[in-house]
Amino acid sequence: MRDLKFHPCGNYRESYREELTVFETDFGRLWMALGLAVLFGVVPWTTSPYMLYVINTIGIMAIAAIGLNILIGSTGLISLGHGAFFGVGAYAAGVLASSWNVPIYLAVPAAGIITALTGMIFGIPSGRLKGLYLAIATLAGQFIIEYVLVHWEDVTQGTMGITLPDPSILGVSLRGDRPFFFVIFIVLAAMTWMAVNIMRTRFGRAFVAIRDNDRAAEGMGIPVFPYKLLSFGISSFYAGIAGAIWAFYMISITAEPFTMMMSVEFIAMVIIGGLGSISGSILGAVFITMLNETLRWVTDILMNAGGLAGLELTLAPLRELAFGLAIVLFILFEPKGLAEIWRVVRSSFRLWPFSY
Amino acid sequence: MDSDILLQLNNITVVYSDVIQVLRGVSLAVRERQIVSLLGSNGAGKTTTLKAVSGLLKPENGKVTDGTISYEDKTVQNLSPEEITRKGIIQVLEGRQPFKYLTVEENLKVGTATRWGKPYRKDLEMVYNYFPRLKERRKNLAGYCSGGELQMLVMGRALMAHPKLLLLDEPSLGLAPLVVQEIFRIIVKINEEQQTTIVLVEQNASMALGIAHYGYVMENGKIVMEGRAGDLQKNPDIKEFYLGMGAAGAKSYKDVKAYKRRKRWL
Amino acid sequence: MDFFLQLLVNGICIGFLYGISAMGFVMIFKSSSVVNFAHGELLAAGAFLFLALVTWANLPVPAAFLLTLAGTFILGFVIERLFLRPLIGEPLIEVVMLTIGLASILKGAMLLIWGGNLHNYPDFLPEGLGLHFGAVSIPPVYTTSILISILFLLLFGLFFKFSSQGIYMRSVADNQTAALSLGVHVKKVFALSWAIAALVAGMSGIVLGIINGINVHELSAIGLKVFPVVILGGLDSIGGAIIGGLIIGLLETFTGGYISTSLRDVIPYIALVVILLIRPYGLFGLVEIERV
Repeated sequence: MRDLKFHPCGNYRESYREELTVFETDFGRLWMALGLAVLFGVVPWTTSPYMLYVINTIGIMAIAAIGLNILIGSTGLISLGHGAFFGVGAYAAGVLASSWNVPIYLAVPAAGIITALTGMIFGIPSGRLKGLYLAIATLAGQFIIEYVLVHWEDVTQGTMGITLPDPSILGVSLRGDRPFFFVIFIVLAAMTWMAVNIMRTRFGRAFVAIRDNDRAAEGMGIPVFPYKLLSFGISSFYAGIAGAIWAFYMISITAEPFTMMMSVEFIAMVIIGGLGSISGSILGAVFITMLNETLRWVTDILMNAGGLAGLELTLAPLRELAFGLAIVLFILFEPKGLAEIWRVVRSSFRLWPFSY
Repeated sequence: MDSDILLQLNNITVVYSDVIQVLRGVSLAVRERQIVSLLGSNGAGKTTTLKAVSGLLKPENGKVTDGTISYEDKTVQNLSPEEITRKGIIQVLEGRQPFKYLTVEENLKVGTATRWGKPYRKDLEMVYNYFPRLKERRKNLAGYCSGGELQMLVMGRALMAHPKLLLLDEPSLGLAPLVVQEIFRIIVKINEEQQTTIVLVEQNASMALGIAHYGYVMENGKIVMEGRAGDLQKNPDIKEFYLGMGAAGAKSYKDVKAYKRRKRWL
Repeated sequence: MDFFLQLLVNGICIGFLYGISAMGFVMIFKSSSVVNFAHGELLAAGAFLFLALVTWANLPVPAAFLLTLAGTFILGFVIERLFLRPLIGEPLIEVVMLTIGLASILKGAMLLIWGGNLHNYPDFLPEGLGLHFGAVSIPPVYTTSILISILFLLLFGLFFKFSSQGIYMRSVADNQTAALSLGVHVKKVFALSWAIAALVAGMSGIVLGIINGINVHELSAIGLKVFPVVILGGLDSIGGAIIGGLIIGLLETFTGGYISTSLRDVIPYIALVVILLIRPYGLFGLVEIERV
């Protein structure tokens, strides 16, 4: 057994391999293992069905948000069409499962790949465009996909939507919140692991180089366009996986939720979580989902509180308002997001009582 | 202090982005109605000195961290460019930066920004008097003017603001010798007729010292030599390093000495 | 043939509306390089303010119109001061997200006050403004809207060409450092361009409201339709915005008339993608020169 690693009191790294390490100390590994044990061993057995539903939603959103973060935070390409890609994943899974009876463990990866291809098609403009123009091109992608989802009736059954069959793995039915909890969080863990490791490879480093200065990256021999497409592909793959699981979880899907609003929510998760931070994306997903649920709860209380009945208070506008406020406040006051707050809190604990 | 000192830099330090120190203790004084030239090689800190005076460090994330800049006996360091320009200090930026999509006359009108709402017809006439070429081209887009015309344009634009102190950053950059001569002639004329005090940053040391009253030489963010322009012109070191008039012929032994003298400066 | 002519007329009218809606957007982008995703909400704000002044406060129409313009002017000013000034110099994604957040706030607030239903202005346009050429008729709302747009276009053309503030705004858009060195109040120019853009947006919101009725969702959707328009016209050209608007307007009405009504709302975006692939910086935009 090798020596335990603690936090060094300076930067003593001697090789690039050490720079790339995921866990700086062995405590990191320990906390990670403990966290996973609590997540899988305690959470699904002790929470109420409603809470479990909320947690599952968070998990699904987190998968998609991590994907978007690879695109926006690491490669610096803004996409306003992530919600639509999520929808493509959901529909791909829905069509595969309902028309061809593809089992869930094949339908989900297949949906991911289909979405990745779709994403790469809409990533083609990134070869010539950047920044703002690309953002607008992806916005167009959002609207075009929405249109196709509603109007390609032979496949998507238009506004009727698709109902998915009961998913099962090896004969075990996966109906209900608890089985899905395991599906979602095992996938989330795997996808997080994958994202962390992508960022450590030449691909990840190329993405960051492109983000910081694409011309200079090109000058250093990085084939910029293929890498940009790859980034689009990876990010939509995440969206597709998340969408597919969501479709199985929700049983029936229509094109309604996959709007611009959903895309904006994903970007908000990435921004509020912290650009370029994978743990931040998960925190962002927690924050946005909790915000939505809290608002629902608050409006319910206000609706039931008599006196206000005449006001016709509804959820949607309040949600819009609070949501916008959250984004604006974060950008103005903590542009580095929850990941930064978390880092500050953690390091102040670690360094206590000597703050330097 | 002498009462006719218009601008005084007192041991100023300028730092960009909180870490990059560019000026380390620059002191200089500019007397009213004089032309002062500031010489030095690339990266010596001449432009930064001008920007420290005109307040244009701010958009570049630079800051005067130490020392004082006083203008008309008031400290002006780290004020915003809007405030400083309104006190009568106008900088003409290096590399001629016209408003490309505005016509020549519109460019000149922007020069009146510090005196918003005042009539400007007479000033236009004044500028056209100095630079008759501009009058011919006044309806043209500035983007289509030649380099010499642009230099006239940006100087004329600055004159529209009625500056008391004009900071000229390399007016001769990339211009033909004849045009340079014309520009310098006009600089002298402006100084005499408009009573404008001028700080002139130049690479073309002989031209600059030819019209200046006083000169400073900068190296590595410090003033290394100063004196009346005539004296500087005669100084052997200046002659050798900046005017390119080193005693020809004398070789090896003298080169070592010159090298040592130059080292002493840096 | 009559159907064709009628579509042509409708397309031009709608195109003009898109054009003036896009004008405000271009103004903000030109002076401060901010992409405003809240433009549709600014349209809606103008439309609802006018509605409130006409129906709740019972003001006469001209007074309400002027007050609305003043109100949106102030709104634009406040938005710039509170939200965008702190972000000067920050990366694009943050500015984009901020305006998206702003859009959410404005939209939420308007939904809370007026709800998501369709509202209508009382009829106040004189019937005599309608024009008839044989079978082709132009309803009074269209003639009014075109007249108003042309009037505003002229006003802004004159403003930018001759007034000193207009020249300062163009100078800042052209070369910010040089403008600073001459003592132009760059921040004031930003604020002013937001204020003017909001005013233009408010005005177009009223006109759109007169034609289609006022609905938060529809007006904010039009705010997004500004993007195909400005991309077609080039992001930094006000004249291009009008031309882009006309093209998109015609494209929409003809698609709606001859192909299918459902395709109508997507066709601008399809055109947008095609344009971006062929001419990335728009039909009339300036190609930016980039250096490492």
